[in-house]
Amino acid sequence: MDTAELIRLGVYGTSILLILIGLYAVLTKKSLIKIIIGLSIIDGGIHLLLIGIGYVKGGTAPIFSPGSEDAVARMVDPVPQALVLTAIVIGFGVTAVALSLIIRLYRHHNTLNIDEIKNLKW
Amino acid sequence: MEYLLFTIGFLLLVLIGAALYAVYQKDLLYAVIATGVISLALTGLFLVLQAPDVALTEAAIGVALTTIIFIITIRNTVRFEDEKDKKMKH
Amino acid sequence: MKKAIVIFFLAVFGYFMAITFLSPEFEADRNRNGVKDFYLEKTVSDLKTANTVTAIVVNFRGFDTLGEVTVLFLAATALGSILFKKRHHIGERTVLYPASTIVGSGAKLIFPAIILLGAYVFIHGHLTPGGGFQGGTIIATGFLLMLISYRNFSISHNILSVIESLAGILFVVFGFMGLIYGGSFLENFMGTGILNDLFSGGVIPVIYILVGFKVAAELTGLIYTILHEKG
Repeated sequence: MDTAELIRLGVYGTSILLILIGLYAVLTKKSLIKIIIGLSIIDGGIHLLLIGIGYVKGGTAPIFSPGSEDAVARMVDPVPQALVLTAIVIGFGVTAVALSLIIRLYRHHNTLNIDEIKNLKW
Repeated sequence: MEYLLFTIGFLLLVLIGAALYAVYQKDLLYAVIATGVISLALTGLFLVLQAPDVALTEAAIGVALTTIIFIITIRNTVRFEDEKDKKMKH
Repeated sequence: MKKAIVIFFLAVFGYFMAITFLSPEFEADRNRNGVKDFYLEKTVSDLKTANTVTAIVVNFRGFDTLGEVTVLFLAATALGSILFKKRHHIGERTVLYPASTIVGSGAKLIFPAIILLGAYVFIHGHLTPGGGFQGGTIIATGFLLMLISYRNFSISHNILSVIESLAGILFVVFGFMGLIYGGSFLENFMGTGILNDLFSGGVIPVIYILVGFKVAAELTGLIYTILHEKG
């Protein structure tokens, strides 16, 4: 097995593992902050998966420098990079809104355990 | 090509270890710092995988801003996952 | 019991993801008939922009970026309204301890450098890695450093919202100018210049500078709001 194959399998395997770890935290943990931490781990795994899909063996970054206008064939795929750039910024917005909702919930219920929050009424 | 393999392998191990630590740690402050470590390792990986734009974004947003927002939330709510020891809230 | 069900579900999910992404067929299919080569060639021949990711974000998918900036604006607004407080209840910032003299002086020393770095990153977004989102976030990080070092450092929300809405309106105005002069919304209607020149790429650097101002104002306002929350 050559190095490029090892890199590919490692990156894909790690991102799938990250998604599974995050999903496990979201499904089993009781604390709301832990659930948001799990969501951000899933986010990271998906970003790594997309960047890994765009990677080309021995590729260069998709930025043209003087005299290298013909290097198109060696460049990595820029489309997943643009998508991931958008996804990171949107993910930050989602995290910020979720955490502000958590602060608000804590003000009402004085707890962050989802089992206790379910039994209470507003 | 060998150094690339070692760098990527090291960063992937850091990634998995920090993710498991973040999920199993009861102290939420430590878990949040582990989330920051995940973002840091992702930044290095994006740089090695030839995506410098994404690496800059992840470094600025994932490492700095997300961590600080989590820390402010923990400061305003509870620090421990079990919530039994509420007196230890700072 | 619940954990066993979750682990079973995750195992099935992980198995299907693994056979999808780790199979050799996926690797063979990956680069076939991609839109990649079209984007790369058009970027260097028509748009004269060095950074292809910037060209995709601002020009090929400019409408997408307009929506993204709107989502960020909505997030900042929603956070402000969720953490709403009467004006006279706004208390101290949640700083645990007052910063020491060394931290304070260091923050004051490094703050202009952070702002300069952020401005550099979004002005050169079409030449080097970076752009409006990254530069705006770096500037917001600089303000964050000042806010957690000094208790009485404050930012006017009015100035932030004026900068933010002005940048947003100008973004849309440039889009409609593209509609008038070029034929479609956010068309690149200005002259594109020479590759690797600071004034190249037509409308791309202008729009990315506007995005930089908008993102910096939004994120600074967001951090300011959440830092004034006291539990």
